[in-house]
Amino acid sequence: MKTVQRKPWGHRAYAIAYLIFLYAPIILLPVFAFNNSVILAFPLEGFTTKWFGEMWADQQMFNALRNSVTVAFSSAAISTILGLFAARASTRFRFPGKGPVVALVMLPLVLPEMILAMSLLVLFLSVGVNLSILTVILGHVLVTTPFAVAILTSAFQSLDRSLEEAAYDLGETPSSTFRLIILPLVMPGIVASFLICFTVSLDEFIISYFLSGTEPMLSAYIYGQFRFPANVPKVMALGTILVLLSVGLLALAEFYRRRGMARTGGKASGGFL
Amino acid sequence: MTDKPVMIAFQDVHKYYGDYHALRGITATIRAGEFFSLLGPSGCGKTTLLRTIAGFEDISSGVVMIDGKDMAGVPANVRPTNMVFQSYAIFPHLTVEQNVGFGLRRDPMSKEDKAKAVAEALEMVGLKGFGARAAHALSGGQRQRVALARALILKPQVLLLDEPLSALDKKMREQMQMELIRLQRQVGITFILVTHDQEEALVMSDRIAVMFEGEIAQLADPETLYRRPNSRKVANFIGTMNFLPARILSEEAGRVEVDAQGFGRVTLDAAQCMGQGAGAEANIGFRPETLTILFEGQSAQDRESMATVTEVVYYGDMTYYDLRLDGTEQDTRISMRNVFGRPVLDIGTRTRVAWSPGALVLFR
Repeated sequence: MKTVQRKPWGHRAYAIAYLIFLYAPIILLPVFAFNNSVILAFPLEGFTTKWFGEMWADQQMFNALRNSVTVAFSSAAISTILGLFAARASTRFRFPGKGPVVALVMLPLVLPEMILAMSLLVLFLSVGVNLSILTVILGHVLVTTPFAVAILTSAFQSLDRSLEEAAYDLGETPSSTFRLIILPLVMPGIVASFLICFTVSLDEFIISYFLSGTEPMLSAYIYGQFRFPANVPKVMALGTILVLLSVGLLALAEFYRRRGMARTGGKASGGFL
Repeated sequence: MTDKPVMIAFQDVHKYYGDYHALRGITATIRAGEFFSLLGPSGCGKTTLLRTIAGFEDISSGVVMIDGKDMAGVPANVRPTNMVFQSYAIFPHLTVEQNVGFGLRRDPMSKEDKAKAVAEALEMVGLKGFGARAAHALSGGQRQRVALARALILKPQVLLLDEPLSALDKKMREQMQMELIRLQRQVGITFILVTHDQEEALVMSDRIAVMFEGEIAQLADPETLYRRPNSRKVANFIGTMNFLPARILSEEAGRVEVDAQGFGRVTLDAAQCMGQGAGAEANIGFRPETLTILFEGQSAQDRESMATVTEVVYYGDMTYYDLRLDGTEQDTRISMRNVFGRPVLDIGTRTRVAWSPGALVLFR
């Protein structure tokens, strides 16, 4: 006897409506990026790739892109290294005040970015630090470190403690054990952490806008272009590329994380995708 | 065995985890070439004690010596011990060969010699030809062998085994027990095994330390441990033991006379004197196989009691009976081998039971 339990149709309709609400606006990006009209409106006027060409020729956009990639690369590298220390400490050692310390590290994840950005701006100005991409990097490290800590903590947690002890037992020192055993086993987590931090930093707007001073940042630049209707399709083209890049990087990060789990015999669970 | 030099010596070893007193004054010696087991229930401190030898656990006070040298402040990576972990701790990103040869990394011998040593170690544990396999693709039994080869290739003075067989199924476990015994005889290294399985300890060990709550309750060879446990706790942990109340009638040098329920007046050997004096309440303990049912036609024995069968459990090769010996208020479990032609008794049968004073053990 076969009975297939049907979920009530209302749940399914709700789920579909929810997904449309979430992703339909993003689908509009490529639609208008290839539309042969300055005005973003239906009906579509025909297919063109000229907006991509225009975007490519925009020197200011390139400056902003260069700055944003520099910032994303630096902050991803710094926060992954910080995350490595934090994850190692929180999974391996017991120390007084561990709970509150870990909570403080993770706090920027839920703290309104507006408040972070404002307080950092006030701080930098009051101590006389000139705003530059350096200050943006510092701000982004604050925001991306919780991501790095979360990903790397899960990587360290799935590491059997006795692997480390086995390496000591076989004559290795703590530092060579880290290099020969721990690092290779958490490497997928490190790659995943780097890629996700990179993506988060690249997309970040508020801190970039507040702390960049006169340096153009990509997110702020895109926002600025909306003042000029003629530039909007060009931004749509850029947005399309950024969406593809973000999805690509996140997928790559997840791939590395799962491969790491499989290599150590674990099951893929949790994670961001 | 006592003529062999001392390999490991514990002197009043204590270990605290915060307020928790995990090891409470361990004093013992383990001799070179011995197969020594630390046996006890989980949480008794046996693994902690093993880890103090390996150097993974600092001790709070006392002395741990290996081969006459105090190990205080000596880190795990320079101790002459190697360990087989409960989880095997096979490095999952390396091949079988790389795992087995891991400890040789700092050894100055040539590449060819190392490869040869690895091949020999793999052959010794029955994994010839497995060298190129990825470690994470091995079965439980194979991981176990890789862990053994990886530890033995360094020719340690002491091999530490932390519940190495607990993750294997019954058949595999029995096979590995035999292989471990063979390996130990072959290499002659001191083996120290941690286990909670009393049968495993009895089968494999030269000597066993039974541990409860951070203390060694009894340290003896398997036969002594089984026949003459020094407390009811040890007796209950190793095999099955029946207890019946008894009263001490007289206690003098050379002999103890007791009046035991179900057995009457018995004289026991001097080793069992407890210094409690006449009139003290005690217990008589005996193993299930030390009482024998006398079937019809079997001749009378010196020592006989009458009993009623209250329960019969048939195991194929054995039959377990619960008997109520006349004059007792509780059942006694005995085991009989099902020799050809021997009947299985029914519940309620009256029967004669033969016993020997030598099989009775006196407990507080």
